[in-house]
Amino acid sequence: MERQVALELKNICKYFPGKVMANKNVNLTLYKGEILSLLGENGSGKTTLMNTISGIYAPDEGQIFIDGKEVVIKSPKDAYLYKIGMIHQHFKLVDIFSAAENIILGVKEKGSLKNVNTRVREIAERYGFDIDPKKKIYEMSVSEKQTVEIIKVLYRGADILILDEPTAVLTPQETEKLFAVLRKMKEDGKSIIIITHKLNEVLAISDRVSILRKGEYVGTVDTAKTNQKDLTEMMVGKKVELKIDRPKTEFDRPLLEIRNLCINSDDGNVAIDDASFYIRGGEILGVAGIAGCGQKELCEAIAGLRPIKSGLIMHKGENIIGLPPRTIIEKGVSMSFIPEDRLGMGLAPSFSITDNMMLKTYGEGKGPFVDRKSARERANALIKRLEIVTPSSETPVRKLSGGNVQKVLVGREIEAGPNVIITAYPVRGLDINSSYVIYDILNEQKKKGTGVLFIGEDLDVMLALCDKIMVLCHGKVMGIVHAEKTTKEQLGLMMTGSLDLTEEKKDKNLGFAKDSNLTEEEWKSEEERQEKEATDGRS
Amino acid sequence: MEEVKTVREPLFHMVKRGNITLLKRLGIYAGAIVAGILLTSILCVVASSDKSNPLEMFSSMFSGVFGTERRFWTFLRDTALLLGISLALLPAFKMKFWNLGANGQVLMGCLVTIACMRNLGGKIPDAGIIAIMTVASVLAGAAWAVIPAIFKAFFKTNETLFTLMMNYVAQGLVVYMITVWAPSGSGSLSPEVYGRLPNIGNGYLLTIIVSAILTVFMFFYLSRSKHGYELSVVGESENTARYVGINVKKVVIRTLILSGAMCGLMGLLIGGSINYTVSSEIVNNMGFTGIMASWLAKFNPLVLIGTCGLITFISKGMGQVRQDFGFYNDAIGNVVLGIIYFFIIGCEFFITYKLIFRKKNKTDFTAIENSTQKGKGGNE
Amino acid sequence: MFVSLITGAIPLAAVFLFGCVGEIITEKSGHLNLGIPGIMCSGTAGGCLGAYLCVSTFGNHVSWLVLVLISVALAFLFAAVVGGIYGFLTVSLRCNQNITGLALTTFGVGFTQFFIDNFVDRDYLYRASRIINRGLSFAGDLGWFGEIFLSYGILVYVAIAIAVVTSIFLKKTKTGLRLRSIGENPATADAAGINVTAYKYSAILIGSGIAGLGGFYYIMGYLGGSWENASTIEALGWLSVALVIFTLWRPNLSILGSFIFAVLYILAFKITGISFSQMSLLKILPYVVTIIVLIFTSIFGSKNVQPPAALGLNYFREDR
Repeated sequence: MERQVALELKNICKYFPGKVMANKNVNLTLYKGEILSLLGENGSGKTTLMNTISGIYAPDEGQIFIDGKEVVIKSPKDAYLYKIGMIHQHFKLVDIFSAAENIILGVKEKGSLKNVNTRVREIAERYGFDIDPKKKIYEMSVSEKQTVEIIKVLYRGADILILDEPTAVLTPQETEKLFAVLRKMKEDGKSIIIITHKLNEVLAISDRVSILRKGEYVGTVDTAKTNQKDLTEMMVGKKVELKIDRPKTEFDRPLLEIRNLCINSDDGNVAIDDASFYIRGGEILGVAGIAGCGQKELCEAIAGLRPIKSGLIMHKGENIIGLPPRTIIEKGVSMSFIPEDRLGMGLAPSFSITDNMMLKTYGEGKGPFVDRKSARERANALIKRLEIVTPSSETPVRKLSGGNVQKVLVGREIEAGPNVIITAYPVRGLDINSSYVIYDILNEQKKKGTGVLFIGEDLDVMLALCDKIMVLCHGKVMGIVHAEKTTKEQLGLMMTGSLDLTEEKKDKNLGFAKDSNLTEEEWKSEEERQEKEATDGRS
Repeated sequence: MEEVKTVREPLFHMVKRGNITLLKRLGIYAGAIVAGILLTSILCVVASSDKSNPLEMFSSMFSGVFGTERRFWTFLRDTALLLGISLALLPAFKMKFWNLGANGQVLMGCLVTIACMRNLGGKIPDAGIIAIMTVASVLAGAAWAVIPAIFKAFFKTNETLFTLMMNYVAQGLVVYMITVWAPSGSGSLSPEVYGRLPNIGNGYLLTIIVSAILTVFMFFYLSRSKHGYELSVVGESENTARYVGINVKKVVIRTLILSGAMCGLMGLLIGGSINYTVSSEIVNNMGFTGIMASWLAKFNPLVLIGTCGLITFISKGMGQVRQDFGFYNDAIGNVVLGIIYFFIIGCEFFITYKLIFRKKNKTDFTAIENSTQKGKGGNE
Repeated sequence: MFVSLITGAIPLAAVFLFGCVGEIITEKSGHLNLGIPGIMCSGTAGGCLGAYLCVSTFGNHVSWLVLVLISVALAFLFAAVVGGIYGFLTVSLRCNQNITGLALTTFGVGFTQFFIDNFVDRDYLYRASRIINRGLSFAGDLGWFGEIFLSYGILVYVAIAIAVVTSIFLKKTKTGLRLRSIGENPATADAAGINVTAYKYSAILIGSGIAGLGGFYYIMGYLGGSWENASTIEALGWLSVALVIFTLWRPNLSILGSFIFAVLYILAFKITGISFSQMSLLKILPYVVTIIVLIFTSIFGSKNVQPPAALGLNYFREDR
């Protein structure tokens, strides 16, 4: 039987000035009632391509056909008229509006909000969503927000749905639920494109896979006739060893010990709730958890950027609570947090690489002037060592590609010779090869005896890279497990709070190191001192 | 659902430019300024009943600025004054602190200068008065700037409106002091005689020298010093600044003390070296003009000399145009300046973006790609 | 004195209210317009031109309706055109909003001074003012009630009506929802198929036009047709912009806020038996109070009364 074509792209080109071509002669066919995976590394142009279909970008060349007719999609509004709906990776929702208000935004139809609520409930029931139309977006969890996005698209009667990395922020269980919804939609005759770079998901959900590499169309294969290895080769272009090293090291004494730590978030809610853990020299401790479970606050508290409510943070047996950030940096605690926009923290985007190198060290040396000369030398050395692609050390980091920006950041942190590295999402948005450079850097540090706290998104990576993994759920520690002895499913259950390992072993706290730098008496007295200071501070 | 009306591509679409050569950038600015001046010259001719040739505006302007030796010195001095005030604003703006309060900060400097001259005049030697009024004016300017800075640093109070309101408070204080000093109700003060700043060469040179020194100082302060580095990090991203251990509050307050102190110093010159008196309008809105000048100079102290010169040239020149063209008042100067500002502000669009028009022929994208990849950062 | 304080304050409150509501509408689209003082001035230029043309053409017995309609239309038009410059520069050319606004204020103040001095015969303004300010004829019969509530020119009621309508528009209508979504997150609004550019332009033009009525009414209503200079209007413009923060971006609250500001502003003229010096000190009061209000809202502001999240940021769809 001849399948009906829902959407066809011919020779799509999109060129960003100052960068290379994001899409180069891309062809793509989507049949009615199928799920097509769009596979490619970060930076291979998947999102750009989908944005041209949904009217965000204007393509420089090429044609788009819908149901066999050529169309020009000038704006997202046009896309909706052609019944194309996109669920963006960074949700397009107005935080202070309710779910229903977000859903009807831009829909041209009469009728009150009450009708909207009923229709939303209809859609929700049909596909098995759970949603409260009156809830405000800023009160929602990530997966709830995603649900709103999907309903928003369905509400407008979209027949072609595009999902950009929908599983990146979900737990394995939530991912399963989403896939079930997608399959139901497929049965309904909807055509779905799902963007992802996770191979197992590709194989689990899609009928066919189209692959992009560096902006170019590589090919399309039937899912049934392929496997992870072939897909990887198509995606990366050469055979790669898909194995992250976990070098064996001698674990030292604990470098950083944290006990009974409680932290509040900006809006006064509990961000970290009574967390205890420790990091030894020569070990990588992973932190897993869904977005917003307190990772950011934890990082900031250790780096001295956020006041804590109670608890102790000991670095080599010394209390670092209340010390200014600069002093903590000088003690050798390095923190790098890659936020979603990837430039917000740790780097000054319009500064040159040289000036960014000085960020933590500019105050050294006597006199009122900064020492740009030695910073330039360090910048050049770093460029050479990490193979950073840049015209010169004086190029603003804003103009570098994501991978190179992150190399600058991580490289600078390593160069300072820290003994504790706290790094959050260091490979966010990087392609496979760049990611491996970062993993190598971290492993190198681990071998040198540095303690690493690795906050990541991808459970597969964490299982391969980390020695131990701590799982957070709503700021509570659900357990600390050896990476070799756990599974993704177990981690997923812990992330959502369905499994709490600390409940089973209530009597002994696993977050306390046996060979602590302090005796229990010393811990006690530190604790009392801390409490006394806190009450003094309040009165 | 409504039908999609057109299937045609739009006439053009906008894209961000990658890099732009310095020459092209200068060309765009020059084009904007020329276009602005041409438009305003035509407007002036239309509005004037006396003149009909737009070119006459230029000869008027040149004669207003270069016509006599005195005019030329006044032009240099006023450029220097504006330069001094704009320089004071640079560090604050570079830190993304919108200091719209330079008018008030300069005015306070001027007010305390006159207060010193009035109250100490004849009682202690002039040198003593000068020393005291220098310190006092610098402190007064700094105080006027640091109050909004403290609230910005600790409570994130909107500094734009805060500094603006401080201008009006300063003006009110000046009016009040004048009613105290001149109860007759004349509303103006006679020039002070004691404690005048010394004339160097002629009456104009002191201001010019002070501004020249400030320019050199500010150049090194912003580009080489640790303070300058810190404030540009704060301007770039407060998060990053906090993260690398910079005390953001301290930097904000320190920078605004510097900014206000320099404004106070310019107030000292206005009161102690140029006018020997104070009035609520004596700053002549240079605090605002200075904002435009430093924005147009893109925070570069050396370029600032040029933008201040241009703005002063236009205002001085328009003063002459007003006479020659028979305009009722000098408001025309602000109209012309405003229009030229629009052109310069607007032309930045063409520096950041370019328009790609709908084309019939296929573009050779490989050529573009090759040309941009040369000397480019990595790719994504 | 109390009654005269209120009756004196209300026309001035209308001036603030026009400016403040105009700026709120603009800010809801994500554009901080520091050109409002210049725009209010330009409205004055247009309105005064209209009033002058009407009275000089039709004589002293020009019909009230014609005079009001023409001068208000011209005030709105002039202000909207000048606001359009800001719109073009910030929406289409994506220029920095603060700088563009400040340049616009320089331009607007100069333009208005120049325009009125050259093209408007001020003698006609007094006459026009008397006609425009006619209150309801039966207001005098109702004693203090009539005096406090009904004795003003039509524009006072127009100002209040605009504030109320704007409030309902923003809160209850779908168009209002769309406008607010643009100020909060233009990329979201765009992806939802809303024409961001059209909304931004509409908000800026309408907001500017409304603000322009404020400047016009200052000369015609508050000053009774006497033209001094444009810089007093500029000061009122800045206070109107500050009022937006004071009234937490809510047009209905700004009715009360404008009244408070107006009382503070005229207090110096209404308190009897003080010296000229004391009066000049009292004139600082509205500015000092504004500063105190700014400080208080920044310390005690909660999450629900934040400015539109995308205020001051220009939107370009292809930005990544």
